[in-house]
Amino acid sequence: MTAPFQPTLPGHALSETATPTTPRNVPHQGGPANPSGAALQQQFGSAIVRVDVGWGETTVVVKREQLVEVVRWLKTADDQRYDYLSDVTAVEYRDAGRAIEVVWHLRSLPFRRFLRLKVMLEKGSDLSVPSVVSLYAGANWLERECWDMFGIRFEGHPDLRRILMWESFKEGFPLRKDFPLRGRFSRSEQLRQALSANPEARYSMEELSIADAFEDLPADMRTRIDSGVRTGE
Amino acid sequence: MADKRTIEVGLSTTGLDAQGRPQRIPLVLDNGGSNVAVAELPPLEPDFADEHMLINIGPQHPATHGVLRLVLELDGETVVRCIPHLGYLHCGFEKTGEYRQYNQIITYTDREDYLNSMGNNVAFALGAERLFGIEITERCKVLRVIAAELSRIISHLVWLGTTCIDIGAFTPFLWAFQERENVYNLFESWVGARLTTTATRVGGMAADLPTGWMDGLRNFIRTFPKTIEEVDKMLTRNGIWVGRTVGLGVMTAEEAVNYGLSGPMLRASGVAYDVRKDFPYLDYETYDFDVPVGSNGDVYDRFLVRMEELRQSVRILQQAADRLPEGPINIDDHRIILPPKSKTMSEMEVMIHHFKQVMEGPRPPIGESYVAVESPKGEKGYYMVSDGTAKPVRWRIRPPSFVNLSAIPKMVEGHLLSDVIAINASIDIVMGEIDR
Repeated sequence: MTAPFQPTLPGHALSETATPTTPRNVPHQGGPANPSGAALQQQFGSAIVRVDVGWGETTVVVKREQLVEVVRWLKTADDQRYDYLSDVTAVEYRDAGRAIEVVWHLRSLPFRRFLRLKVMLEKGSDLSVPSVVSLYAGANWLERECWDMFGIRFEGHPDLRRILMWESFKEGFPLRKDFPLRGRFSRSEQLRQALSANPEARYSMEELSIADAFEDLPADMRTRIDSGVRTGE
Repeated sequence: MADKRTIEVGLSTTGLDAQGRPQRIPLVLDNGGSNVAVAELPPLEPDFADEHMLINIGPQHPATHGVLRLVLELDGETVVRCIPHLGYLHCGFEKTGEYRQYNQIITYTDREDYLNSMGNNVAFALGAERLFGIEITERCKVLRVIAAELSRIISHLVWLGTTCIDIGAFTPFLWAFQERENVYNLFESWVGARLTTTATRVGGMAADLPTGWMDGLRNFIRTFPKTIEEVDKMLTRNGIWVGRTVGLGVMTAEEAVNYGLSGPMLRASGVAYDVRKDFPYLDYETYDFDVPVGSNGDVYDRFLVRMEELRQSVRILQQAADRLPEGPINIDDHRIILPPKSKTMSEMEVMIHHFKQVMEGPRPPIGESYVAVESPKGEKGYYMVSDGTAKPVRWRIRPPSFVNLSAIPKMVEGHLLSDVIAINASIDIVMGEIDR
């Protein structure tokens, strides 16, 4: 088990070591490196593809297979303690051949450090990375949003559904570069789909927990549900 | 809570036969034979004691602070499960931003967290400036601190007013909105807009302060604490207020950090994480202010933290007003920021820069930056990736209310239905920021 949780407080022994200052004269490249980058390379060796420092921010490119291991070590090691997950997102470049990057922004509140982790996913390959929900509960919705917008599957996520777009959204993944700015379907098709949706079907299957009791339902109701007819409440 | 969740289906039969067809109760009982059993009649009044009820709140409900929809599973009046649904206000700001120049994106930051538009303008400009490698002028820094703190005040005032309404107090709403008007008047005389300010540019500000503006600010700094004290007197020791807020939606410090909460939500749980202190920007480390921290992590502590933050913002405003230096507000590089019109019309080279900027927009070098600021809701981050062109490859908003809201299923579980409204209000959500 990890050490008992200690919130960062002003005057906390750990925070004394790093007095924060506003970065002045922001360097175009380089800047002070986060010591966690070197520590990761020492700890994990070949699992770390690259460590970049730019604009005073350290980026560590990790192999997909070791991601959860790396994040768990960063979170639990006594001299790292990255206990705060700021953000999970992805970047797709305009260059069509370039890999999609999945980005995690981590913060170490006790040491006042900021670290960016990246996993490169080649296009055309399986767009999936391991989920870190088991480590950070806050990753739940952030990963759902990343799936919704980029179509990156987070393996091990308990409930990977669309979050900003509606569940029956069929046009693909909006933040991908091959997704046109105005949507894939024509305006008339978008309107037709909106109008043909059943506005009475306000609860979805998983809300009703019908799946749990499905076998107990009468046969005619089962066929109705199987065929997709919704009756609302 | 409950282990088993089922839905009762009124079959009005005694069950199914071997073929799976419902057995019918015959209209005329065959007393002569023995193969038909007399069905036991169902009780006249069904027993609802072990049933759960689904309640839908929103998306158009006055207490949801925008188009948030919560589906609640209730056991009596107790919430068993809460499923939030988002996206009713999704406008694709991030997608649109990939087709816009950096200065054009600033207008989107107004509209995303619309209660904190000035603060978002400042945050975006800071992110873009790190990407461009710009050091802004001293006067600009202080002006941005003033802008950010004023917008923190109005955002907290809106939170205060709407939360009071949700919980059942009307008067503080009027006091809060009156003070908010004063701040909006200041904004209006500074940049010409009240709500959608677009006050910053990459490398500077849209406008310098008009004559006499600082007097208005000093007047506000003098009068505003009285309003805080009035609200404080009205609510902090009010039995109804305390009864409606204490012990609701508790998050422990460890849970709060694990959920990625930030801002007053996190500090009410006892974690003193404030981006202004821990990862300072705009010289916040040179200002003298305190970070209020709660101890219980409930709705009441969040209220106390926000009230204290209002006072601390006034302190920062006072210091900023005292130290505001003279000098230019924009950097002296016309490849990045628009030159003054008089120079454009008189110097050839400046005119070329003006033309290039309007037609193409300034170009940052290749790279990426993540700049977080302390918005009223929490850690607001802007992540920008540039490929060297005038438009970002990716512009990502790290929305604090989105992450804070993701903890609502955990916070409301086991509380009463009416407390859901209070807990939801305490998160201080803005749907424009959550759905983007």
